[in-house]
Formats: sequence, C-alpha cells, structure tokens
Amino acid sequence: MHNKILGKTTVLISALSAILIITALIYILLEIYIGGSSVLSWEFITGEPKEGMTEGGIFPAIVGTVLLVLIMSIACVPIGTITAIYLNEYASKKSIFTKMIRFAVNTLSGVPSIVFGLFGLGFFIQFIGGGMDKVLYNNELHWAQPNILWASLTMAFLTIPVVIVSVEESLKTVPDDLRAASLALGATRWQTIRKVVIPNSVSGILTGSILAIGRGAGEVAPILFTGVAYFLPHLPNSLSDQFMNLGYHIYVMSTQSTDVEATKAIQYATAFVLLICTFSLSFFAVVIRYQFRKRNRV
Amino acid sequence: MKFKSKNTNRKNSLDKKFRISEFLAEYIIKAVSFTSFAGIILIFLFVFREASPIFFPKEKSSAPQEFLQSETYGEEPSNEEKSTKENYSSFLSSGEKDIASFRNLTGKDWQPVGEEPKYGLMPLFIGSFKATVIAVLIGAPIAILAAIFSALFAPKVLREIIKPAIELLASFPSVVIGFFALVTLATLFQDIFGGTYRLNAFIGGLAMALAVIPIVYTVTEDALTAVPKSFSEASLALGASKWQTALFVVLPAATPGVFAALLLGFGRAFGETMIVLMATGNAPLSTFNIFEPVRTLSATIGAEMAEVVFGDTHYTVLFFIGALLFIITFVINAIAEFYVRARLMKRFRGE
Repeated sequence: MHNKILGKTTVLISALSAILIITALIYILLEIYIGGSSVLSWEFITGEPKEGMTEGGIFPAIVGTVLLVLIMSIACVPIGTITAIYLNEYASKKSIFTKMIRFAVNTLSGVPSIVFGLFGLGFFIQFIGGGMDKVLYNNELHWAQPNILWASLTMAFLTIPVVIVSVEESLKTVPDDLRAASLALGATRWQTIRKVVIPNSVSGILTGSILAIGRGAGEVAPILFTGVAYFLPHLPNSLSDQFMNLGYHIYVMSTQSTDVEATKAIQYATAFVLLICTFSLSFFAVVIRYQFRKRNRV
Repeated sequence: MKFKSKNTNRKNSLDKKFRISEFLAEYIIKAVSFTSFAGIILIFLFVFREASPIFFPKEKSSAPQEFLQSETYGEEPSNEEKSTKENYSSFLSSGEKDIASFRNLTGKDWQPVGEEPKYGLMPLFIGSFKATVIAVLIGAPIAILAAIFSALFAPKVLREIIKPAIELLASFPSVVIGFFALVTLATLFQDIFGGTYRLNAFIGGLAMALAVIPIVYTVTEDALTAVPKSFSEASLALGASKWQTALFVVLPAATPGVFAALLLGFGRAFGETMIVLMATGNAPLSTFNIFEPVRTLSATIGAEMAEVVFGDTHYTVLFFIGALLFIITFVINAIAEFYVRARLMKRFRGE
C-alpha cells in the first residue's frame, strides 16, 4: 500500500512536469498572439515601417530574413548532403579521416552562436573580404564590411550539422539489400548512390533543409555584426548590401528603440510572425518525416 | 582469390576497373566533406588569431610607467595627467598598456569604455555562471521528470503528443524566448514578488531554462529508451512494480545519458546570447544575489562588438572572450561525449 502511494506519486509528479512544459509552451504562444493581434494584418506583412517604426509593416525584415535563409541554404544543403553521403556510403569506420569529420561535425554543433558571429567577422569580413578588396578594388572598402553574403555564409556553417544529421538518418534507413542488389546488377558505387540511395532518401534531405532553414531564420547572434541592420532605406539588391531581419528587429525594438511603449504591439506581432514561420517549418519537417516512416514501414 | 591467367602481363578481369567518373565522384565527395573539418579549424584559427594580441602586448618606451598606472588608481597627479593626455591623443597606443597586465583581465571591474578602461573578466564569468546554474537548476529536473514520464509511464498515444510538443519548444528562436521574458515574465514576477530590479539573473535563468528543457528532455528520453528491454523485463519478472522498475532499474542504467544531458544543457546555456542580452539587465555586477542584473560573457560580445574599433584593445579582449567561450563549450561537449560513450557501452555489455 505504501508502495502504491509512492508509485502513484512518482507518476503524478512526472506527468505534472510534462504538463507544465506544454502549458508554458501554450502560454507563450497565446501571450504573443494576444499582444500582437491588434496589429496583425495583411498590410503588416506587406507594408514598410513608418513613423520611426511605430507604425507600418515589417516587409523589409521578412524579405531580409528570406534572402538570408535562401543564400544560406544554397551553401549548406549541398555541402551537408554530400558530407552525409560520404559519412554513410564511403567512410570506413576505422579511418582517421572519418573520425576527423565526425569530430568536426560534433564540435560544430556545440559551438555557441555568438562565436560563429566572431568567426564571420574575423574570417569572412576581415580575411576574405579584405583579400577580395585588395585584389579587386585596390584596397577600397567594398567587400570587407558586413553584408548579406557574409552573414549567410556564417549561418551556413551553423546549420551544416543540422543537415548532416538529418540526411544521414534517412540514408541509414535505405536497406543495404537495395544497395547490394544494385551492385550485383553491375552498377558502380557512385551509380548506386545516384540512382538508388539518393532518390530513396529525398525526404531526409528535405527534412534537413527545412530544419536548417528554421534554425537559420531564428538565430540572431551570428548576424549581429556580420550584416544585419535595423533600418535600411531600400531592400538589399546585391550581395554586398546589408539587410533587415525579423529576429534582430524584435531585439532592437524591445531593448533599444526610442519609444518602447508605442511599438509594443508591433514587437508582439513581429515575434508572432517569426514564431509562425519557424513553427510551420518544423511542422512540415515532422510531417514529412512521419509520412516517410509510414511509407517505409509498409 | 584471384586466378592468374597464363599471360600474367594482361590485366585480370576481376580487378576493379578504373572509371574516371567514379574516381571524380569519390574525390569530390571527400573534398566537400572536408569542409566541415576545415570550418572548425578555421573557426579555431581565426577567433584565436584576432584574440592573440592579448599575449603580445606592444612594447613602448614608457611601458613600465604606464604599467604601474593601470594597476593602481590615483598615482601622483603629474603621472595621471600624462596618462589622461595620452588617452585622448593616441587612443590605440595608450590602450595597449591595459593588456600588459594579466591582473587586469582577472580584475573585478568590466568598464571597457572610459578614461581608464578596465577589462576585468571576473564579473562576466560570475554572471555567466549565475544565469547558467539557475537555468539548469530550474530546467533540468522538470525536463528529466517529463522524460521519465514520457519514456516509461505514458501510454503510447500520450508519448506521441508530448515528444513533438517539447521538440516544438526546441524550435523557438531564442530571441522570442528572450522577448517573452523581457515583456511578460519580468513584469509578472515583479508584480507578484516585488523586488528592486525588474531584469535580473533569475529572470534570465528562468528564460534560459525554457531553452535548456528541450535539450535535456531529448537526450534523457533517448537514454531511457536505449536501456535494453531485458533490464526492465527482468525486474518486472522478479516482482517489482512498474514504477519501481522505472526508478530503480532503468533510470540508474541511463545515468551516463542523463549526465550527458545535463552537461549539454549546461553548455548550451553557457553559450546562449540573445536570451541573456534581453532578459538579464546587462550590468556587470559581481554579487551572488540572484535578483540583481548580470552580464554574461556571451552577452558582452553581442552587445559591444558592433561598436568597437577594429584592432583595438577592446576588440581583442572581446575576441579573447569568444575564444574562452569556444574552449569551455568544447570541453563540456567533449566530456559529455567521451563519458557517455565509455560508460554506456560498459554498462550495456552487462556489468
């Protein structure tokens, strides 16, 4: 009897913890929605900020975020996919090269995001940008300053591990018999990968890219000094332009803007838009993964 | 076994035929995979490169005099006047005297902007520790309990709801969590509990707990489900109840995984930037009172890097902080990985 009470209490406490977390999640969502509901509208998403950010929309921030994520994906998805292919198809467990790569991927995923920002500053802007300026523009300052290209590449490094983990997971689910059958029919290793393995793991590549995009849209620390700005007169129309960003917009508006009270609703609404974006991306990733698993189980 | 034909000069048909496409494919794939390793090396190199001037203070002819001045405030007026004049006339060269003193980095004041810049890292370390410890103390128990529930007690249906929900929490951008703490949580706590400072270490730690919980939950849940079924089946067969099995057999077996979860959560919280930037008040105080504002290492970099002159002392110290952060999180992750791998394998082989 004593045991039964202890048992029920344990189950109860642990259940309460789980409920607590989910309640907190729902509470945050509701709070942000209610706070911003007065401003949310179609004009909010497509309009430009006016009157010193106290009115108008956040279209440039959305565009900046989308462009950032686009360029970042062009960089990180191919590299991440190819690395995952190497790790799963070509790598032998004993080789030093494999251990190096795995070590690098694990370390990359643990680096704080602000250190990525420092890396972007020290490597992309100073070193590569400085080098480009020396060669192309005769030391005139053009590429050695924060812009969307460097910010995207910095973000790409951050999200490569996400892509690798996801793609490798889906590569592993392709049964070895399939590969063996292909090889037995005379295909070479690369032909097998190209025509058998990759088509069967497209969902993993998709999931990985979506998760990477979700992560890239939300991170602010790496872009703080590699390219983002609070207010720009025009949308970025070249790789050497700066850009606005949803997350950065929230940060600056809530901590440093001149009239925090007047922009409260806009802050909430921007946070809500950002949340909706990252949520729907995660949701799509989960759905794709679930469909893929269901299809494979049959 | 290869069968050699009579003419041993002719190539054996069983040998692997060299195709240029195969060779190219493998070579390119290997080369691209090297990018991740190159990336980590580059990060290491360039962050340390920009921080290295800290170890090579530039020598000046009047260096000993300035060295003395940076340590003891309130020297003879004539020396002070001289240092002030130098401060205004050549900002870069007079700044170098600060790095020369190792004691300056371990000082108790972080005042990088001012007549006599002080780069004491102690308040920043204390701030990082305060916020991180609070986050782990609040978040880890909740996450571990929730993982125990969803892995060991919950029916399958509930588990399919709880796990994705908490992973949804993981996809929250940290800006949004920080924003939520800044506008809602801080006001809530001040209304309920009173207190002098609206933004303090506790609020920052509480917000970071929201970011730590998904990590600790996921790793703990994986560790709990990785315990071989034979363990729990044996326990149940010997007459233990479900909860006794969970608490006294499965959980202890998953201890390395739980420990790794704690370490990973700690590492994540230590390096977190946006939440602390928005929710901790950003004042580099060194007290141990958790209801006072703090400034963490990462927040310092985030807040001050944008306005710093390239090549300046301040710039170098900020990169040095970044290098420290890199090393600390690297060590934490390395311990988590090696410890888990070694202990877990030992345990599951039947120890």
